[in-house]
Amino acid sequence: MDMLALFAPPDLINGLLLKLRLGQETINYVVWPFIQIGAVVTGVAVWAAYATYLERKISAFMQARLGPMRVGPWGLLQPIADAIKLLTKEDLKPDRADTYIFFFAPFISVVAAFVVFAVIPFAPDWGVVTDINIGLLFVLSVSSVGVLALILAGWSSNSKYALLGGLRSSAQMVSYEVAMGMALIGALMFARTLSLSGIVSAQGLDSIWYIFYQPLGFIIFLISGIAENNRAPFDLPEAESELVAGFHTEYSGMRWSLFFMAEYAAMIVVSAIATSVFLGGWYFPGVWRLGINYPHLFVALSLVVFLVKMSVLLYVYFWLRWTFPRYRYDQLMDLGWKWMLPAALLNITLTAIAIFVVQALDGWRGMDTVTSLARGVNLTATGKAIMIAFGALGVFIAAGMLSVINHGARDFNLKKQRVGIRLTNPPKGQTAVASAAAAAAAE
Amino acid sequence: MHQVEVATTRETLLDSPEMVLNMGPQHPSTHGVLRVVLKLDGETVIDLDCDIGYLHRGMEKIAENRLYPMIAPYWDRLDYIAAVSNGLLWVETVEQMLGLDVPPRAHYIRTILTELNRISSHLLWLATHGLDIGSFTVLLWALREREEILKIFERQFGARLTCHAWRIGGMPNDTYDGFTEDVTRFVDNFPHRLAEYETLLSENRIWLGRTVGIGVISAEDAIAIGLSGPALRGSGVAWDIRKSRPYAAYADMEFEVPVGENGDTYDRYLVRLEEMRQSRLIVQQALKRMPDGPVNAKVPKIIKPPAGDYYHSIEGPKGEIGCYLVSDGSSRPARVRVRPPCLINLQALRQMCLGHLVADVVAIIGTLDIVLGEIDR
Repeated sequence: MDMLALFAPPDLINGLLLKLRLGQETINYVVWPFIQIGAVVTGVAVWAAYATYLERKISAFMQARLGPMRVGPWGLLQPIADAIKLLTKEDLKPDRADTYIFFFAPFISVVAAFVVFAVIPFAPDWGVVTDINIGLLFVLSVSSVGVLALILAGWSSNSKYALLGGLRSSAQMVSYEVAMGMALIGALMFARTLSLSGIVSAQGLDSIWYIFYQPLGFIIFLISGIAENNRAPFDLPEAESELVAGFHTEYSGMRWSLFFMAEYAAMIVVSAIATSVFLGGWYFPGVWRLGINYPHLFVALSLVVFLVKMSVLLYVYFWLRWTFPRYRYDQLMDLGWKWMLPAALLNITLTAIAIFVVQALDGWRGMDTVTSLARGVNLTATGKAIMIAFGALGVFIAAGMLSVINHGARDFNLKKQRVGIRLTNPPKGQTAVASAAAAAAAE
Repeated sequence: MHQVEVATTRETLLDSPEMVLNMGPQHPSTHGVLRVVLKLDGETVIDLDCDIGYLHRGMEKIAENRLYPMIAPYWDRLDYIAAVSNGLLWVETVEQMLGLDVPPRAHYIRTILTELNRISSHLLWLATHGLDIGSFTVLLWALREREEILKIFERQFGARLTCHAWRIGGMPNDTYDGFTEDVTRFVDNFPHRLAEYETLLSENRIWLGRTVGIGVISAEDAIAIGLSGPALRGSGVAWDIRKSRPYAAYADMEFEVPVGENGDTYDRYLVRLEEMRQSRLIVQQALKRMPDGPVNAKVPKIIKPPAGDYYHSIEGPKGEIGCYLVSDGSSRPARVRVRPPCLINLQALRQMCLGHLVADVVAIIGTLDIVLGEIDR
């Protein structure tokens, strides 16, 4: 493919830009990238802001209340009012805090969260901002920079609560990143590429979403993703009941809201990765027919499909947050290292075996399982059925294996450890006695 | 009280892995102005000290300078979550000193309203305990039901939280029109609501992980410290003043006392939930059997109890709240002493918390259900 065409904007915009007497190279390498960056950054910022609105509304409906209702119709302008409020608030710095680190930590956090959007394939064709061949690695490495901001913020605040929050977050994010990365490997074996749009295309070519091949991987990825984002029920770094507000206890005004935006942006990132890798990205049955006659409409519709899939995952985030209590620090670590990591390793092994078996079956006694292996694993209907069966089996094998590993652990046997209560009818004039036998003797 | 030893010199500070964390008095989950000084090794609590007194108002001293009826509103502010129960304690103490014969209707109304107050107090406990462990939705659901009770209080007493419910010798007035309907409506809806909370928490693995085996206290230790109320019953001691020394109309009521087995946070949680159900049964019975008649005994204009001392206690939502009253025969008490259940329950905090994590301290403070207004007085 011509290098110039790779970066070219769609014809309509290209024509407009050419009328402004800009050279084709300037358009491709300067103007169009800036337009894309601007669109993504603005879009994500607005979306992150409105994700807070959605969260407040959804939580309100779950809790028998209305949520924001005052600013604009149904409180729709609430995020904007919040932004104005936060921008005009005083920017406080605690006494003897490490000034520079304290001031720069929020930027690290927000940049790490936003840069990832460069490689997210929102839609085919011009919907892909950048398509680099190590896309997924890029995402994982950049998002792990975010943990640095949390540690620095916690350390520089000169506050013990912030310090504990920073320590917790670093331990938590490091633990769960391992499982999160491992969970993706199964899907990579099918796609045979690290490019995110390549993974999506592979699912399109095979016309199946990888969640069907990789249910276990999807579950692990989702749980680890929520934990990696420090969202409830894994929101220990900012557990408001213990650590006041964790690493951002001492932050105020816009710096605090940068952390807040980074959190929502990171949620959107994880949802986007899960959508691209497991939920077939922009593909949806039937939408491709539009692509034949109306290519731009097709891209726009694909974008909508992608956003809807992401929103469903975002809703799962909200749903979990407002339903579950919070894990304790050691329980969280147990879950990461004793459940998620072994399950992810098992998933890789099982996937490798499954792919090997399906390939070996091709041609055996007239069976036809593999269509092509050129761009990702393409299977016939029989091959797909076998692969889906392997995927479902993997969930059960993992559940069995994990319960064997953890059968002695306290958290595994919780329901057996509780005894429950009994109802008694103590007689009049009885004094407090320690045991049932003593009570009987007193009678 | 126990003192936490803090490393002070540069050498000891650098060498030791310990960190002293000052929790409160301005902290979201110390339930008021409790200050807890924690000594931590990593996140494990190795020592702990409570600092109280931020809400001290000198209630007992104030009482020495007031006429007997004037003290009652002060008593309502002891445990402000359960103003109706505390108020009952004061008026019953004085009534028993005077030997007043309170009409049965007043007793029944008192029983209904104190039990409603117990439910509202337990609901607030459930709300904040849930919030401490991170379940925000429980907070708002429980407050929704509490709101219904507060509405009944507002119609009956004229105030929602800061109500002054009783008079010595009976009640300021009979129940308002529609009282029975309001209470019946609440009582009918309540089991369904409780079941809702249980779906959120009782079987939830995270909730179990945060409560089962946390803050265990044995029955012997609980009695030795002097715990009372759900904190004692959670450890398996079946002791309830409503049963052992019945007051108001409790002698006529049929109800059971739930006791736990393990003495952990989860058992205390179950005990309190069951207590709410039993309270509901008591309210139902009292409504059904409520006699007609006056709600006031004949009370002298100036109340002068005979010289002597008297102790009376009732089963408040938090435990045995008692009042020791010394009278010299004048119109003002010579000395008043409150037996504060929350203060005594708080003494178990150190024993319950040692060896647990910071997150558990919050859960244990929640399970003790303390109110600083009563601890500091």
